[in-house]
Amino acid sequence: MALTGAKPNGADKAEADAKANRELSGAEIVVQALLDEGVELVFGYPGGSVLHIYDALFKQETVRHILVRHEQGASHAADGYARATGKCGVCLVTSGPGATNAVTGIATAYMDSIPMVVLTGQVPTPVIGSDAFQEVDTVGITRPCVKHNFLVKDVRDLALTIRKAFHIATTGRPGPVVVDIPKDVTDPNIKIPYHYPREIRMRSYNPVEKGHPGQIKKAVDLMLQATRPVFYTGGGVVLGEGSAQLTELVRATGFPVTSTLMGLGAYPTTDPQFIGMLGMHGTYEANMAMHETDVLIAIGARFDDRVTGKIEHFCPHAKIIHVDVDPSSISKNVRVDVPIVGQVAGVLTEMLRLYQAQKPQPDPAPIADWWAKIADWRRLDCLQYDRTSAAIKPQFAIETLCKVTDGDLYLTSDVGQHQMFAAQFYPFDKPRRWINSGGLGTMGFGLPAAMGVQLAFPEAQVACVSGEASILMCIQELATCKQYSLPIKVILLNNGYMGMVRQWQELFYESRYSHSYVDALPDFVKLTESFGHVGMRVERPGDLEDAMREAFAMKDRFVFMDVVVDPTENVYPMIAAGKGHHEMHLSPSLTDRELA
Amino acid sequence: MRHIIAVLLENEAGALSRVAGLFSARGYNIESLTVAPTDDPTLSRMTLVTTGSEEIVEQIKKQLNKLIDTVKLLDLSDGPHIEREMMMVKVRAERPDREELKRLTEIFRAKIIDVTETSYVVELTGASKKLDAFIDAIPEGLLIEVVRSGPTGITRGEKGLTLS
Ligand SMILES: Cc1cc2nc3c(=O)[nH]c(=O)nc-3n(C[C@H](O)[C@H](O)[C@H](O)COP(=O)(O)OP(=O)(O)OC[C@H]3O[C@@H](n4cnc5c(N)ncnc54)[C@H](O)[C@@H]3O)c2cc1C
Ligand SMILES: Cc1ncc(C[n+]2csc(CCOP(=O)(O)OP(=O)(O)O)c2C)c(N)n1
Ligand SMILES: [Mg+2]
Repeated sequence: MALTGAKPNGADKAEADAKANRELSGAEIVVQALLDEGVELVFGYPGGSVLHIYDALFKQETVRHILVRHEQGASHAADGYARATGKCGVCLVTSGPGATNAVTGIATAYMDSIPMVVLTGQVPTPVIGSDAFQEVDTVGITRPCVKHNFLVKDVRDLALTIRKAFHIATTGRPGPVVVDIPKDVTDPNIKIPYHYPREIRMRSYNPVEKGHPGQIKKAVDLMLQATRPVFYTGGGVVLGEGSAQLTELVRATGFPVTSTLMGLGAYPTTDPQFIGMLGMHGTYEANMAMHETDVLIAIGARFDDRVTGKIEHFCPHAKIIHVDVDPSSISKNVRVDVPIVGQVAGVLTEMLRLYQAQKPQPDPAPIADWWAKIADWRRLDCLQYDRTSAAIKPQFAIETLCKVTDGDLYLTSDVGQHQMFAAQFYPFDKPRRWINSGGLGTMGFGLPAAMGVQLAFPEAQVACVSGEASILMCIQELATCKQYSLPIKVILLNNGYMGMVRQWQELFYESRYSHSYVDALPDFVKLTESFGHVGMRVERPGDLEDAMREAFAMKDRFVFMDVVVDPTENVYPMIAAGKGHHEMHLSPSLTDRELA
Repeated sequence: MRHIIAVLLENEAGALSRVAGLFSARGYNIESLTVAPTDDPTLSRMTLVTTGSEEIVEQIKKQLNKLIDTVKLLDLSDGPHIEREMMMVKVRAERPDREELKRLTEIFRAKIIDVTETSYVVELTGASKKLDAFIDAIPEGLLIEVVRSGPTGITRGEKGLTLS
């Protein structure tokens, strides 16, 4: 064997041994563990209890730290990064107020099952429980909004705990995991041998991977007999990377498919088999199909109350199949007939195999009749709006955004009417392109989430659609965007109201607009400029497209577009709380009849 | 329906509060909860008694299983099992009442474990219903204090709730 060029085996081993036996301090262990996890970005904000960790970060260049301007921004940015990439988001905050500020972002990630590891500093172990400076019970405060959390009391447990945190956050049903690290555990003067376990086994945590073959067979048998089937797909398809498998199965069956807010893009929304989002602000055709379906195939969706409406009226004629990796999602709100616990991708593949193996293939006639019915519902054109308006309609703004960006965009959102208009009017043809807070509905999410996305994909077009109320909740992050030159485009649909609140007050409180008018708004153009960005204001429909083209042409600039939209516009269709799918309010232009 | 559920948990700080927090956060009923380390010091065994419709109890079990600290769970109510609860009762025991109290103690196969001039402490182990009956049988006005452990349980037969 020629030895030239290659290192002798012995040297490799010696190097590996030296690496294996390195002595590191707790602070160095934190950083090294992040490196060993392949973490590229950490979103954080320093403070007393994490100073040792910050010092260790300073001494290396592989893990990149992004300094946010508020810890809520850190947790949302890590979350946005995770949603766009499918990788685990990471943030690092100090004890006390650092940790409490991060909680909103942790809860946001928890509700939408986003993999995230949050490292929080804690006061030194000897003073825990003494109301020490900047002490809060972080493990206690975050317990109900994390998948799991840890308090590390001994530096010898640190590496293994961080490994466990990443393992738990990213497997099964993903979710945020908090690792609370007292300052003395990161003491730079106490060094111990470092070993980072690759494989990890936990006797108490073994999420199910593969669906039960017998259950899958039962599901396919039901699908083969269906005459009015609907796929109801959710965030689980995105989280579980099941988009390709879903698309294949939907095409093979020829069934209609609807999606939750969280699942948009898992099946291309421009495809004719897609009948729109369902639920509170879903399309007429999607909700009517839910009402009349005989076989509902729920994939990675959790029967949220914004989707089901009144449970008594939910899918009254249907047998229900439900695929979900979390057994506790199944039959939680709605009792299902064929539960399948497992990862979406594998289950969908198996379903497709069984479906296609069926000889002869099912009779297409009943499905054709079903499509004819759906076509009738579609003809209503439930998303129509006034295209002749002298004011900019928010729907028109989103359509223009689509035109200008060719539908190729990562779009984050805040919470409110603008979020619903974006979901209804922006066509997402790929998963992980639509990034919004669905479960917690956190205003302030959009801008920091967009930072996480843009940092993950520096070359991609990233925009944040927001409202003038939401954007102010994390406006400080404009500074972060400047520091890291993030060329995000904010599309502010400025209606001067907390529009979503105003809509409910108009419809259910006889137009008593109690505290939903956003008085004393800043001049957003000047505000943005003061942070060193470009600001634009658009007031007329005719100017919008050119202005947007101008904004998106500034490829390396952060541009804030203050788009003045019609303050009176409402989101339709709408199912009021406590109503069924067949009881939608339609847009007044469709004569606001209630369909009973 | 009433269910008695046994759970093996990692013996970690905070495991108990995760269970307690789960019940309060989700608004589940909890009648009693007992917990102690097992013969394997890395494991705790918890017994909890809850009531609810079948749907709710199914959710409770799923949610308990979902806790990362939960190693194994068994609904003892699903099969033949034995339940025991321990109780200590302090009663006023002046001369005229002593005979009656001693007789009661015998009938229930309880034990008097502390005696003073004016009081007894009686220890009784059994099914929760039996403990209720004992309390009901104590003559008016003599009851001072009742301490109950909450029920624990074990399946009948060879199979047990163990790791293997
Ligand atoms: C103002 C506002 C209005 C809203 N209106 C609507 C509306 O009209 N329509 C609507 O749909 N939503 C609406 N929502 C969102 C709603 O609140 C819920 O967040 C959403 O419906 C939940 O989506 P989902 O069922 O896809 O569940 P998700 O929260 O995305 O949950 C995913 C499910 O998939 C499972 N899962 C995860 N990973 C996997 C895997 N790998 N394999 C299998 N299963 C997996 C999880 O266990 C979970 O059960 C609105 C929110 C806001 C803020
Ligand atoms: C942090 C937070 N506080 C309150 C709410 C309740 N809420 C939901 S939508 C909304 C109004 C949002 O207004 P704006 O950002 O202007 O969006 P619009 O609806 O006008 O498009 C409010 C207050 C929330 N979702 N999040
Ligand atoms: Mg608004």
